[in-house]
Parts: sequence; structure tokens; C-alpha cells
Amino acid sequence: MNILVLIKQTFDTEERIAIVDGQVKEDGVRFVINPYDEYAIEEAIRIKEASDAQVTVATVGPERAEEALRTALAMGADEAILAADEALFGDEFTVAQALAAIAKKGQYDLILAGNQAVDDGSSQVAVRVAELLDWAHISTVTKLEINGDEVVGHRDAQGDEEVVAGRLPLVVTAQQGLNDPRYPSLIGIRRAGKKPLTRMSLADLGLAEGDIAPKTKIVQRFLPQVKEAGRILTGDLSEQVQELVRCLRTVDKVIE
Amino acid sequence: MGKNILVVADVRNGALRNVTNEMLGVANRLAQGGTVHVAVIGHLLDLPDFGVAGADDVWVMDDAHFGNYTPSLYRKAVIEVIQQVQPQVILFAHSAVGKDLAPAVAMRLGLGQISDITDVETDTETPTFIRPIYAGKAFTKVVATSEPYVITVRPNNLAPYDGAPKTVNTHTVNVTVEDADLSTVVREVVRKASGAVDLTEAKIIVSGGRGVKSEAGFSVLYELAEVLGAAVGASRGACDAGYCDYALQIGQTGKVVTPDLYIACGISGAIQHLAGMSNSKVIVAINKDPEAPIFQVADYGIVGDLFEVVPQLTAEFKKVMVSQ
Repeated sequence: MNILVLIKQTFDTEERIAIVDGQVKEDGVRFVINPYDEYAIEEAIRIKEASDAQVTVATVGPERAEEALRTALAMGADEAILAADEALFGDEFTVAQALAAIAKKGQYDLILAGNQAVDDGSSQVAVRVAELLDWAHISTVTKLEINGDEVVGHRDAQGDEEVVAGRLPLVVTAQQGLNDPRYPSLIGIRRAGKKPLTRMSLADLGLAEGDIAPKTKIVQRFLPQVKEAGRILTGDLSEQVQELVRCLRTVDKVIE
Repeated sequence: MGKNILVVADVRNGALRNVTNEMLGVANRLAQGGTVHVAVIGHLLDLPDFGVAGADDVWVMDDAHFGNYTPSLYRKAVIEVIQQVQPQVILFAHSAVGKDLAPAVAMRLGLGQISDITDVETDTETPTFIRPIYAGKAFTKVVATSEPYVITVRPNNLAPYDGAPKTVNTHTVNVTVEDADLSTVVREVVRKASGAVDLTEAKIIVSGGRGVKSEAGFSVLYELAEVLGAAVGASRGACDAGYCDYALQIGQTGKVVTPDLYIACGISGAIQHLAGMSNSKVIVAINKDPEAPIFQVADYGIVGDLFEVVPQLTAEFKKVMVSQ
């Protein structure tokens, strides 16, 4: 089986955000693989270990994203594709077409991805890729079973769990709880440097800039108002509790 | 000039989730005197008074095939309505169904999409949508550069329609279901015991962290939640430690919530957790450690052991709520 994993390099979730000249400041930031994509990589490697699959990881992003791909290779993926051509950057409409074009270059049976990225959080790209390939998809899975070409995904649906069956080829997006991603081993890290990493441009992918131009535009980035620390209640515990309940009911009116 | 706006109702078990009313509120602002349509897809639907909710035209698709969410079939149904209505904007909820269905419809039709909006400015020529990035650590203002376009709306953030009740035209749409429309099949739905209230729509959330110490420790939180009609959530620490299901996790990884009241019990307040809840209207923190960062975003703090504080709080709420 040939598996393609779509990933994105994102800020570590412990990073604070600063905006300088209208842009999110990247200097000094620790980058990681988008945590949801890490579940997708881990799942692909587990499928490979259980059934002899080939795992390719791909990303559309700047040169720094090579580090994320190398980490995925160190975890156990076999090869990587980096599309760092700025003509492929844009909104989800643009990036999905670049990733779908990458997918069409190979003969994949299964595409895995995170259900969203922790930076933009739009939950669009993987489903858009499925549509562009005319494949079915199962999203936000917390458990995945594959038997032949039958795929069963247990998906997180507003707190309920849906057991959904589909057939390959298929796009599956990962939700937290799917697995516990491994750390790359020292041997894995050493091997990762020698595994193949292919760069692809707009021309390599046979795309025309006009066809994939973004359809949305960010006009401003801003930070939310800093919340001021409130009151630490004092007195003995029963007084604190009574005061809290009184305030919630009569001052904030959030309790009826 | 007025616009045609289509709202795709957010349906759960045949009933409409509250976010549908919020979408209709947004749709009326975007329509600027035009027509607001709502498409309702499901089975054994329990339809509300859509005139009061702000819809002009209702498109009903009630069929056994729609009993469970199937992306390819729902996509087909929505596109049928889009072809009839020819909307300039299509609104979905940023919910389990909406966030899956919206990009499928958008890509099928070659459209742009702005996800998870928390507000919209309509005083300009082109509506400007406000949405969080980094789970609310920052925000962006976004515009669509071509019509039609797709929007997903975060629950609990936008006001419902409050204008005069409208006269509603109801249309029944028959969607022919072919094998190809059922490329995935829901075999089973397991209702999880995470409480009756859905986390992303809850007005009140009682949330636990590592300080809850065990799965059994969550029982004091569930008791408080029951008195308040609240949903129960958790921090990543509590989920990673196995005290509760990941479905409960609130944070940058996990669910982002904006309830009226968030009660954080034994949660220290890691940055990634704060991102998921700090836009709640009122935050109460209960923690043994007075230096815990959660107190920096809390409106009210009680420094103490949650196993002493929470039961007393439950008792006090019971007392005042009964005496009403």
C-alpha cells in the first residue's frame, strides 16, 4: 500500500504570538509538526509496520518546513516532498490544489492528514484534497482499521463516536486520541538525512498560478485584548463560595 | 442591493442546534434586505418557527438516508439547493458536520471559504469576517475576493435574528440517492457518556486538570455540572493522564470554547489550554497553587483544594437555585 501523509509545520503550541508590522512574528519561534499531523504520520508508520506499506510525507510551505519533513522521515516515513515554491502559497483553496497535484504525481491508496492545523485552524485542506481527487473521506478519526481495501474509521462527532466504513482510495483525517506518536530514534534521525526529499514547484506540478489564486484575503492581524487578572476571593471558604455565587448571579448574571 | 444568503442548518438527531439561529442572525446582516434561505437536511426533522428565527425560505430534505451524516450525500443535497437558490454566501456551522461538509461543498464548486468566524463587520462594501488564529491567541480580519463564498460560524459568538417575524415559504426537496452518493457508510453511532450538554455549545463549562488526580476525581465536577446544566471539559494534562476521554479536551489541541461561564478546577493554565478557553465571558479558577497562571485570566479565583471547594460550590448553587 502507498500512503501519502499531508503535513504542515506550525508553531509549538506553547509559543506566544506577537504581531510585528501586521505579520505574525516568527523569529525565535520553535516550530514543530502540526500535532494533528503527527498522529497521521504515526498512523501511517504503524500501517507500514503491520503490512509493508510505503509512506511519503508532503508539505506545502517555506524552506524551514524541511525540518518537519526530516522529523517525519526520522519517525519512519520513507520519502518526502517539499513544495516551497511561493507561487503555491495562498489560502486553503490554493494549498489544497498544490497538495492534490502532488497526490496525483504518485499512485497512492490512502492519504492521511491532521483534521486541522493548530495555527490557522480552518479544517479545510484535507477535505478539499479529497474532493479534488474525487475520493471519499472520513474525518476526525480516533481509531482506524484497514482490511484489504475496506477502511473503518471511528470518528469523533460532537462528542459522539461514529463508526464509518469506506473503501480505498480514501482520505482520512486524524483526531487527537488516534495514537501516541513516537519520538524519532537516534538511528532514525541518522537515516533521515539520507532518505529522498524531492522539491516540487508550480511548474513541476503542472499548475497555473491563475487557476489556483486564493479566493480569500487577510486584511488585518491583531491580538485580543489582554484580560486583566480578576479577584482572588478571601475569607474562609464558605464566605468565598457564597461571594462567588452571589457575583456570578447578580453581577455577571451568567447563572440564573 | 440585497443578497441571497443560504444557511445550512446544523442538525443533531433531527433537532436544530442553537448555532442555526446564530447563523440566521449573521445571514440577515449579510443579506441587507435580500432573501435568507435555510436548508435543513436530516431525518424525522423537528422544525422550529423559522419566521421568528429570520428565514424567508426553507428548503427541507427529510429522508431516511439523511439519518446519519454522510459527506458525499449531504454535499449533493446542499449543492442541489445552491443551484436553485444561487446564493452569494453559504453559511455552515463550525461543528462536527459543518466543518466537514463546508470545504467539500466549497471545493466541489471551486469556492473560497472563511472558517470559524466569531464576528462580522457589515458596515463596509464587502463584509469583513473576524476569526481566531492559533486558537484565539490572535485574530485575523478576512474578506472573500470572489463570490459566491462559504463561511463557517463558531457557535456561541454571534447574535440571533431579533427583527420582526417573517412569512416563510417552505419547499420540499427530493434528492435522488444513488450508490455513488454513499461512498462512506455510518455503521454505528456510539453515544459517549460525556454529559448531555455539547461542549462547543455549552453556556457553562466545568473543566478539570491534573489537579483532579484520577478518573474518579471527575465525579465532583460532574456533580457541579449537573446542578448548573453545564458540560464537563478537561485540560490536556488530564486527558494525557487518562482521567478522561480526549473528546473532552479544551485547548489549542482539542476544542476551543467560549461559554458564558468557565469554571477551571485544578488546571494550572498552560498557554495551549488558555488559548482554548480564555475568550470565555467569565472565568472562575480553583487551584491550590496561588501562582498558577490560570489566575491571570480568571475573573474570580479561589485558592484551595478543589475537592473541598467544588462540593461546597455545588451545595451553595443547589441552595440558591432551589430558593428561587
